[in-house]
Amino acid sequence: MSPPLLGVEGGGHVNAPLMSSSASVDCITQSGSGLKERNYLGLSDCSSVDSSAVSNMSEENKNNLNLKATELRLGLPGSRSPERDSDFTLLSSGKLDEKQLFPLLPSKDGICSLMQKSVISGNKRGFSDTVDGFSEIKSSVFTEGKWMFNATGSDSGTPQSVVEAKLAGNAGINVILSNNSSGSQPSMKKELPTRTLQEGHNKINGSNNNNSAPAAKAQVVGWPPIRSFRKNTLATTLKTNDEVDGKPVPGALFVKVSMDGAPYLRKVDLRTYSTYQELSSALEKMFMCFTIRQCGSQEAPGREMLGENKFKDLVHGSDYVLTFEDKDGDWMLVGDVPWEMFIESCKRLKIMKGSDAIGLAPRATEKPKNQN
Amino acid sequence: MVYSFPEEVLEYVFAFLSSDKDRNAVSLVCKSWYEIERWCRRRVFIGNCYAVSPQIMIRRFPEVRAVKIKGKPHFADFNLVPERWGAYVYPWISAMARSYPWLEEIKLKRMVVTDESLELISKSFKNFKVLSLSSCEGFTTDGLSSIAANCRNLRELDLRESEVEDLSGHWLSHFPDNFTSLVSLNMSCLGSEVSFSALERLISRCPNLKTLRLNRAVPVEKLASLLRRAPQLVEFGTGACSTEIRTDIFSNLVEAFSGCKHLESLSGFWDVVPAYLPAMYCVCSRITKLNLSYATVQSPDLVELISQCSNLKCLWVLDYIEDAGLKALSSYCKDLQELRVFPSDPYSAEPNVSLTEQGLVTVSAGCPKLQSVLYFCRQMSNAALIAIARNRPNLLRFRLCIIEPQAPDYLTLEPLDTGFGAIVEHCKELRRLSLSGLLTDRVFEYIGTHAKKLEMLSLAFAGDSDLGLHHVLSGCESLRKLEIRDCPFGDRALLANAAKLETMRSLWMSSCSVSYGACKLLGQKMPNLNVEVIDERGPPDSRPESISVEKLYVYRTVAGPRADKPDFVWTMDEDGALRFS
Repeated sequence: MSPPLLGVEGGGHVNAPLMSSSASVDCITQSGSGLKERNYLGLSDCSSVDSSAVSNMSEENKNNLNLKATELRLGLPGSRSPERDSDFTLLSSGKLDEKQLFPLLPSKDGICSLMQKSVISGNKRGFSDTVDGFSEIKSSVFTEGKWMFNATGSDSGTPQSVVEAKLAGNAGINVILSNNSSGSQPSMKKELPTRTLQEGHNKINGSNNNNSAPAAKAQVVGWPPIRSFRKNTLATTLKTNDEVDGKPVPGALFVKVSMDGAPYLRKVDLRTYSTYQELSSALEKMFMCFTIRQCGSQEAPGREMLGENKFKDLVHGSDYVLTFEDKDGDWMLVGDVPWEMFIESCKRLKIMKGSDAIGLAPRATEKPKNQN
Repeated sequence: MVYSFPEEVLEYVFAFLSSDKDRNAVSLVCKSWYEIERWCRRRVFIGNCYAVSPQIMIRRFPEVRAVKIKGKPHFADFNLVPERWGAYVYPWISAMARSYPWLEEIKLKRMVVTDESLELISKSFKNFKVLSLSSCEGFTTDGLSSIAANCRNLRELDLRESEVEDLSGHWLSHFPDNFTSLVSLNMSCLGSEVSFSALERLISRCPNLKTLRLNRAVPVEKLASLLRRAPQLVEFGTGACSTEIRTDIFSNLVEAFSGCKHLESLSGFWDVVPAYLPAMYCVCSRITKLNLSYATVQSPDLVELISQCSNLKCLWVLDYIEDAGLKALSSYCKDLQELRVFPSDPYSAEPNVSLTEQGLVTVSAGCPKLQSVLYFCRQMSNAALIAIARNRPNLLRFRLCIIEPQAPDYLTLEPLDTGFGAIVEHCKELRRLSLSGLLTDRVFEYIGTHAKKLEMLSLAFAGDSDLGLHHVLSGCESLRKLEIRDCPFGDRALLANAAKLETMRSLWMSSCSVSYGACKLLGQKMPNLNVEVIDERGPPDSRPESISVEKLYVYRTVAGPRADKPDFVWTMDEDGALRFS
């Protein structure tokens, strides 16, 4: 049906040198001291705020992680040991331990990170002039979906700390698994734009996480593959129907969230929260990195981490105000109306600087969002 | 001898060649045929807007009347392509505005279209007839106003599934009073209400109107009035049908529908109250295409409607239809060629409807002409897939989405390798395949061995190793588009099959294990490919080369690296250096 590229349509044939059994030994780069663990989750024992996690590319921030042990796991190439077949099979699925989620393994400089090493052979037939440093690091940047990362690093003491986590949802967390020679680390730290994991990842921690776990399943970016138009239509339709039937509303309701000064926007599904508190915590975590950056210089010395409290101070203090645009196009302060009414009328969210929010409802000294 | 054959005769003969493949073949015979052909080619299809430049197209084909251009990769539909990635149509429009004054048709898919582009279109092409914007974005209803106001000979305006910033419904009123040429209008993606009287008048004065797809804002009680003015309609899409049922609305609707003797396709039905469906029974026997995928109607009502559509060829429906409804479908609609079943509630942990693999098996058994399937479900088994394959060796498109990633065969808990293997083995003409569920490298071995006509393959959460990718790249001879997400494929298979990539339109890999170093190498070795690394973590050489890139998009091109890349896209250049805008 679709015609080929303009121009001559060559008879394409695959002419690739087959990778015969690799002669070389797969060399796993042992980055002994080089494991850089990065704290994507805002964990308290990690001091650096420079998390290298990458937020998802686009929308669908689902923050609910389903930790059911019964869920399917990926036979993920759990890059592990140096021993490997000499044929094509690169990775054996390692033993996967679902319970061991993102490990909180503070590295030497207090930065936690998720790492996974791959075991790609360095020998590329047919490209022999590049048999050089294809180190055996496979940085799996597996994001969306259920990826099992073997977290054995800390125990074995090998450089291969493979993080094992099950991301039953939470789309778009690109875990940067950096293997590295120590030299590159500082630069990595600096140059990677600060990004946060979607707050949903906090759940992996299994720790105190005040995100709700709604009946809706945790989501992966772009999965299941349904077009936005259909998704949004369905969400609206379901909501309409359920109002009639009185059943719980399962559809998704994504709204954009912007923050003054942040380089990119996010999207959240309002249906995954049931209270303002949940939404606000989720947004805090999502945008923590930007705030941290900005307030970094203001931190009191010796106060290393930015826990929730600090952020809350920022958000609920004088710095930031959460506002939303309603169906009429007006910008309103979040928190005045009941939650259900709010999600029905909210079209987008904006985290404004306190100074810009003058003109909206007066700021109370306590959090205005404690409704529901 | 060829050179003594008059050009006019050749040109006359070539005019009968409509397929691009044929025309491409003809132009390879000899230089003079190349020349003659290029002067008389009127329709151009560009499958990837970055594979060629507007200048190259215009230089080769100076007398084009219709272009169709596709932009973003398919996975952009699922938000895997970041915003601002590209696919801007403006450079094309401005180049064509200068060189193709007689251009009549522009059809775009997944491109960024601005109001400026629309205005330029409306003012540059005096005989402009067809504008089709499928899954496009970047424009507002103001752009539509320009089109409506200035395109005096417009026949088709199709905005299917585009994301339009809906400033108001006023754009429709910009069609001049003496504008009568409309044949097709699809505004179903728009949100705001258009002036109903303007719509009525427009429809009344366009006697050739064949396709009318309304948007949600048109309530059911107004449909009758529209249908009465356009009884010649062939394709009709309702608006929302949620108004509480009233006898007068219903009877008006019945009367209006019964006046439509040519209706073949129905769509819309947002929020439809089931009691309205019987109003359409009178047209059902002629209906060949039915899109109920926005109708949250339960199975019995669906079955009532479908059972009257004995000539149905294409059905899009929500999973409310359930296995029972599909069974009814398979017994009433023997001409069915295409079935799409969408999930009503994809994000809930538990199934909300009784739709399983069995429904699809039943349809495959009962509908001998079934060739195109898109099916969302929550469980699947190898046995079912094998049955489907055996029942329907004539399948051309098979897209299965098991909602849970990596779900195994629910009966045996094994991977679904053998099931999909059976599909590719039996369905020898299969052109498009999407896999899901638990899959190992073995399924790719089957695919590489059997799927010789496969043109497009979509993978997610599948495979174990590079071997899987290698099977596909080395075995699928007809492969044009390969899109992969979250699979453990890395450098080896990609580099080993680099030459294959030049025979394909494009390759997308996101959240896989392709290292930056491999991307650089690929870019170095393959000058006819654009190897684009999409990475929002910052420049890739700020990280070790072994780090996997977030996303990779490789496509063949004669236009060189593109100049409009955003700051998170890097083209791996020939000299190994990074080039980014």
